[in-house]
Amino acid sequence: MILTNWPGNNKTALCITLAVFKKMTDNNTIKLTYREAIKQAIREALQKDDRVFLMGEDVGRYGGAFAATKGLLQEFGPERIMDTPLSESGFVGAGIGAALGGMRPIVEVMTVNFSLLAMDQVVNNAATLLHMSGGQLNVPLVIRMSCGIGRQLAAQHSHSWEPLYAHIAGLKVLSAGTHEDARGMLLTALQDPDPVIIFEYNFLLNKEAEIPANAGAVNITKAKIRREGKDISIITYGAGVYKALDAAKELSILGIDAEVIDLRVLRPLDAATIFNSVKKTHRALLVEEAWSSVNVSSEISARITENIFYDLDAPVQRLGGVEVPVPYPKHLEDASVPQQTDIINKVKKMLQHA
Amino acid sequence: MLEFKMPSLGADMEAGTLCEWLVKPGDKVKRGDIIATVDTQKGLIDIEVFDEGTIGELVIKPDEKVPVGTIMALIVPDKEPTVKKEEKAPVKKAEKKEEEKPTGEIPVTVILQGIKASPLAKRMATEKGIDLTTLKGSGEGGAITKADVENAIIEKMAPKEEKKVAAAESIRMAVAAAMSKSNREIPHYYLETKVDMSKALAWLSEANKQRSVKQRLLPVVLLLKAVAKALTEVPDLNGYWENGLHKKPDINIGFVISLRAGGVMIPAIHNIDKKTIDELMVSLNDIIPRARAMKLRSSELSESTITVTSLGENNAETVYGLIYPPQVAIVGFGSITEQPWAETGMLDVRPVLTATLSADHRATDGATGSRFLMAMKDYLQKPAEL
Amino acid sequence: MTEPEIKQIIFRSLKKIAPDTEPEKLNPDDDIRHTLEIDSFDALRFIVDLDEQLGVETPEQDYGKIATLRNLVNYIMTKKK
Repeated sequence: MILTNWPGNNKTALCITLAVFKKMTDNNTIKLTYREAIKQAIREALQKDDRVFLMGEDVGRYGGAFAATKGLLQEFGPERIMDTPLSESGFVGAGIGAALGGMRPIVEVMTVNFSLLAMDQVVNNAATLLHMSGGQLNVPLVIRMSCGIGRQLAAQHSHSWEPLYAHIAGLKVLSAGTHEDARGMLLTALQDPDPVIIFEYNFLLNKEAEIPANAGAVNITKAKIRREGKDISIITYGAGVYKALDAAKELSILGIDAEVIDLRVLRPLDAATIFNSVKKTHRALLVEEAWSSVNVSSEISARITENIFYDLDAPVQRLGGVEVPVPYPKHLEDASVPQQTDIINKVKKMLQHA
Repeated sequence: MLEFKMPSLGADMEAGTLCEWLVKPGDKVKRGDIIATVDTQKGLIDIEVFDEGTIGELVIKPDEKVPVGTIMALIVPDKEPTVKKEEKAPVKKAEKKEEEKPTGEIPVTVILQGIKASPLAKRMATEKGIDLTTLKGSGEGGAITKADVENAIIEKMAPKEEKKVAAAESIRMAVAAAMSKSNREIPHYYLETKVDMSKALAWLSEANKQRSVKQRLLPVVLLLKAVAKALTEVPDLNGYWENGLHKKPDINIGFVISLRAGGVMIPAIHNIDKKTIDELMVSLNDIIPRARAMKLRSSELSESTITVTSLGENNAETVYGLIYPPQVAIVGFGSITEQPWAETGMLDVRPVLTATLSADHRATDGATGSRFLMAMKDYLQKPAEL
Repeated sequence: MTEPEIKQIIFRSLKKIAPDTEPEKLNPDDDIRHTLEIDSFDALRFIVDLDEQLGVETPEQDYGKIATLRNLVNYIMTKKK
């Protein structure tokens, strides 16, 4: 494989970086879009480590299907920002080969919907080689893929299939539900000796948020309590995080103090954080956009029941995606996943709030 | 230092509220002394002590509500003379068993089934001695939640006057809990026989002629005595089922007394087999009014080894009882009525009593139960020997 | 002893044995035990109490003669004479 001896060149076009550089705010935070957070993460990774390169469909000349990699080709050159043919199985396989050869590839699969074409490479190669080689072959590959609804791209571009990957032993599966994680997860994932999948969310691309100016690598083993509360634990990830936080804010006006947990890591699950929260609040509402049956919430619900049943003061409840191919019309697309008001109504019902 | 604990006064009791200490530290006590009164679902109960010694410390205060098995007081034992020790040993053993059982598994089984309550609410109720059957759920679908149990705990702490009003209802609930448990857990079998009471009644009538009104006997003393005597022959029905049959050496018959306001009290009449008919009548004269006034002693509520229910005159002819857990049998007597009676090829009219036995099939089989009924029937034909 | 006096004693005695009943409301021909739901044990206590109050001993075979208020009053009046 030619990629193994790929030489680094990270001196190009630093000035572009600075130009795009963020609106600084007063208390050492910066305000940026989710898209910009992703781009900064990739840029930092490319700058820090010569072994890192990005490949995928339209990541180079087009600047990424969702414009997350705009300008990187000019900055890092065609050997580190690599456009691939429309062949997911082929380029994910190439990524696995590069990783085996000592590189640290970032493979972008445009959306999770297309990743099924590469499923065989991911499941049968990336996830198994360490085990099948008796621990001799690590696959330090990071696959990023966008996920979920929000841009009216219809069923074949809008699914939330995190649960499919969370099911696969041998993978680490991350979900970047916040700007902070979009900015930081990639950097930590690249340090991992084994394959990591990172889900990013189309729905969030244009959303602005403030993150610390020095934001960087984040922990990728723990769930995070995004908001503390005592009445109920809303456990979610990905596109559900900001919705749950907004719902919690509105619930607090009604006197309901909801805790919001961002799972962040869908495999392996951080059960301790979940259990500690539910032991405190005694109620759990699990929210995600993936189809309701056999999703991540199913797994969490089972674990809560298995481990802390006697701390429950109400049945564990789930809000998941409606079980249809994601519809095209805006109002139906919105209706196909849990929204802020759904979360509020469900919480009120669980707490019998008049 | 001996621990004096909140006694269990039946399978349905989970907690009691101390009303008053009748002793103070330094007081000498002996077995059988009443040292406290406790408010339970069955009214104010005089609590007896089972040890000999000096009151060391009164651990809980009046108005404190504590679960069964909680240490109420510490007693400094007297130097134990060897003779006493022997005498005491079996009593203590029997008492211990009764205490362990309700603090352990009973609250769980009584509470858990058929009630819509969250796991947390159930756990808290068990820990705090709250009867979930008395609560109304505020959760989704009417489920009882943590908040409901917490409210119930607060209510229990509230002044006692309200509780008095609810005495009848609380007895109803106690009966409900015990009988639900019985029906759920005990596989009953039922036997029935008819007893010619002409000899017994004739004997009684003669006996009463020789007695003043005050000493007059009721037919029920003969029945109780016959049950006790038959139990000496068939001891398998006198005891408890706790992971196996535990026969009891003493025959303490719990006698069902219906309360005018509804519900029943089942005080134990101790050692009936060893009492004479007249002594037994004296016991009844003492215990029945106290039961109706809900003024019983702890030993009378906790030590019965079998139950007898007797409907008395002008009532239904047959009664099939539900066993009072953890006992293994209940004997039921209907009203004595005149009935045609065939004997030695002749038909006659006799006062006839229908006697039934409901027994725990885990502990005994029909043959044992039948032997008991036949023995009892025999005794009732020889009233003078009772 | 007059009939009202005897009735007073009867009522007081019944009230003692069955506090939640209203013996004053008994009709003369009501069956006392049946109407006030008095069981055999309480019936015996009632007879014992009447004996103590009035000195009237009622043998068992006379129980049938004192079932109603009217009969009981008559029975006592006869005995007291």
